[in-house]
Amino acid sequence: MTLEPLLREHPFLKGLEPEYLTLLAGCAMNVRFREGAFLFREGEAADQCFLIREGKIALEIAAADRGSIIVETLAAGDVAGFSWLLGPHRWQFDGRAVEPVRAIALDGVCLRGKCADDPRLGFELMQRFARLAIQRLQATRLRLLDVYGNARASAL
Amino acid sequence: MHQLSEHALARPWTEPAPWRVTATRRESADTVTLELEPPSGEVFEFRPGQFNMLGALGTGEVPISISGDPATGGPVLHTIRDVGMATHALCALEPGDRVGVRGPYGTWWPLEEAEGADVMIIAGGIGLPPVRPAVYHLLARRDRYQRVVLLYGARTPADLLFTDELADWRSRFDLDVQVTVDAAPSGWRGDVGVVPDLIATTRFDPATATAFMVGPEIMMRFTVRALRSVGVPDDRIFLSMERNMQCAVAMCGHCQLGPFLVCRDGPVFCHQPLARWLSLREV
Amino acid sequence: MPSPANPEGQLIMARSHLDQLLGAITRRGFRLIGPTVRDGAIVYDEISSSADLPAGWTDEQDGGRYRLRRRGDDALFGYNVGPQSPKRYLFPPSSLLSRVRSEDGLSFTAAGEPDAAPLAFMGVRSCELHAIAIQDRVFLGGRHVDPVYSGRREGAFIVAVNCGQAGGTCFCVSMQTGPRAQAGFDLALTELLDAGRHEFLVEIGTARGAEVMSEVACRGALAVDTEAADQIIQRTAASMGRQMDTGGIKDLLYENFEHPRWEDVAGRCLACGNCTMACPTCFCFSVENVSDLTGTQAELHRSWDSCFTMDHSYLHGGAVRVTNRSRYRQWMTHKLATWIDQYGSSGCVGCGRCITWCPVGIDITEEVAAIRADGAMAGGPDGATQPEPAGPAAQEGQTHDA
Repeated sequence: MTLEPLLREHPFLKGLEPEYLTLLAGCAMNVRFREGAFLFREGEAADQCFLIREGKIALEIAAADRGSIIVETLAAGDVAGFSWLLGPHRWQFDGRAVEPVRAIALDGVCLRGKCADDPRLGFELMQRFARLAIQRLQATRLRLLDVYGNARASAL
Repeated sequence: MHQLSEHALARPWTEPAPWRVTATRRESADTVTLELEPPSGEVFEFRPGQFNMLGALGTGEVPISISGDPATGGPVLHTIRDVGMATHALCALEPGDRVGVRGPYGTWWPLEEAEGADVMIIAGGIGLPPVRPAVYHLLARRDRYQRVVLLYGARTPADLLFTDELADWRSRFDLDVQVTVDAAPSGWRGDVGVVPDLIATTRFDPATATAFMVGPEIMMRFTVRALRSVGVPDDRIFLSMERNMQCAVAMCGHCQLGPFLVCRDGPVFCHQPLARWLSLREV
Repeated sequence: MPSPANPEGQLIMARSHLDQLLGAITRRGFRLIGPTVRDGAIVYDEISSSADLPAGWTDEQDGGRYRLRRRGDDALFGYNVGPQSPKRYLFPPSSLLSRVRSEDGLSFTAAGEPDAAPLAFMGVRSCELHAIAIQDRVFLGGRHVDPVYSGRREGAFIVAVNCGQAGGTCFCVSMQTGPRAQAGFDLALTELLDAGRHEFLVEIGTARGAEVMSEVACRGALAVDTEAADQIIQRTAASMGRQMDTGGIKDLLYENFEHPRWEDVAGRCLACGNCTMACPTCFCFSVENVSDLTGTQAELHRSWDSCFTMDHSYLHGGAVRVTNRSRYRQWMTHKLATWIDQYGSSGCVGCGRCITWCPVGIDITEEVAAIRADGAMAGGPDGATQPEPAGPAAQEGQTHDA
């Protein structure tokens, strides 16, 4: 049983041609994480990306003096993991399941191979990842503005 | 959306009425809710979205949104964030203290016009108090509306206001409550992200829904963009705007926003006539 | 009611009897305010007789220039407008609004000026009458009435004067606010001065004005008198120092908020606020709450403010209008355009004070002409003058400006 139907229904791959879905299914694996489990850890080799189907993931960073801080949460329909795309292929943050998570894990090495073989597939995937990255960048910039902060206390 | 308030006209605008603090509640590190009572015998009525001018003795007056339930009698709730001298003095008041109050002023959320379809209430930071009266109104007439959604964003979990009420609302099946913060400590089970990004994943009918929004201007700008991109028309997006306000009676000239006086033509504005002015800088 | 077309009811009063008129006014308990020469200008002040009036003086005005000059005759009203207007008395630069006491609960009492004598103004020009009407709309015409303005305005006695000459910066004709006084006065005078006589044509505006004139020696006006007055007024109208094309001016300015001219004027404007102080319609004020050392008493004061100050648009630790450009734009677009939407009329009466009293001579009529000359250039929000398309803007959520 292939994972093609699951891939097809995930918003991230919406509109991708069926033959590419078949190709990607070859790199795909169904995964589950229980609440509290870590999908990935900062510094570890990053060779996967996760298309989230259900649940919530917190992207966290640990600081000795402040404990762990959540910088972003991702939910059903989102994608976790850009570090497989470009070297050095290391996770930049911890990824923890806040609730039980069901996702499709795509193997990075497999994906990169298939993109190298068919640059058009590579372009399709790059576009989708770029759109996500830009959206996250805009949201991050918005948070950087600290719009809820106390204007008098801030230097901005 | 214009209002002729008996109470606001009862005395000259230069003479506030001496109200009494009946209770105070600390909502977060820098935010306090004051429960105020008018002088005995006076009846006070307001509509969701309106504000009063409050002034502690010796400090200037500031516009403060009325944050309680318009349907219940009793003390009138005002939620205040400590950001300057006047608000600091208000946040320091104790039960029994007196404060000058005049109002209510301004336009209100067009809640009746929104009946029969979905309603999105979108609040950022100190923007939740001005829409809370609207939420009470909606819940009291729940069957007149379709889906009701509350999107609320704050800086961190510690900055969330009315957390008990949020928990109650969240447990209702007829209310979709989504809360997001800019950053959170590890124990937080809610979302970390920005309010505009919640729009795309919220279930509602953009073609017929009405959105009521209060928050920092930047947040509202991005949220309006997100609403428009999923198809909510300009004339069904309402914002509560802020400008420097001193007289609140359309005479001192400070609250101008292009052709509008925020104290008289707002604070609740329909986005459609406002849009061209919001896109200009330094207006 | 007598009208210019019907000389009946209009009167002729000799110059030598003017003090009878002033006396009749002051006998009724009014505090008489009129023009007088002081510090090289003609200003409004308390006067007691016609000897205080600026007989034989005229003013020369241009951008950033005001000089008094001796006339060849003894005309009492042979000048145009001074740096101030009746606004200085009806809406004083500083006033007490109310008092707050907190010994026993909190009490607010009106400031009131119960003993203050009602005001009478002598020599008010048509542009100033319109300015008073404009401020009436702000302070009395909305849902809320200002008690302090109302106290001074109500019952004020006004003797208007039709201008016998136009000033270098005048453009009341363009703003349709003069030179003939049409309404808002108890009496209106036109000075008739030539080799043979020095008289005033007196038009009655109210029953109160008629009643005052009943104590003044005068004769009925003849057609030859009213024609003489008409000619003077027409000559004045034909010799305005400035002009402004006001056709569609609201939309013109609304569509040109990003016009490069604003940058140009910002390079000249000092944001000194002189224009807002001299202008007879500017009404912005700030409210201050001042308490005494015991903390049990406070006073609510109001004083003139100006949109040129950094604090005017203060919000959350900063100002909305920071640059000179935005503040000049605010002043001019408010005066000529947004005022119309806010209060139902233009805010400008064409008196020219802002031109005369600007230290660098910025000329509001020139600025309008410069923007008009380019048509609808670098426009409003989208740079276009088309109405915004209905319905959602496509792809608005996907801005790719990373």
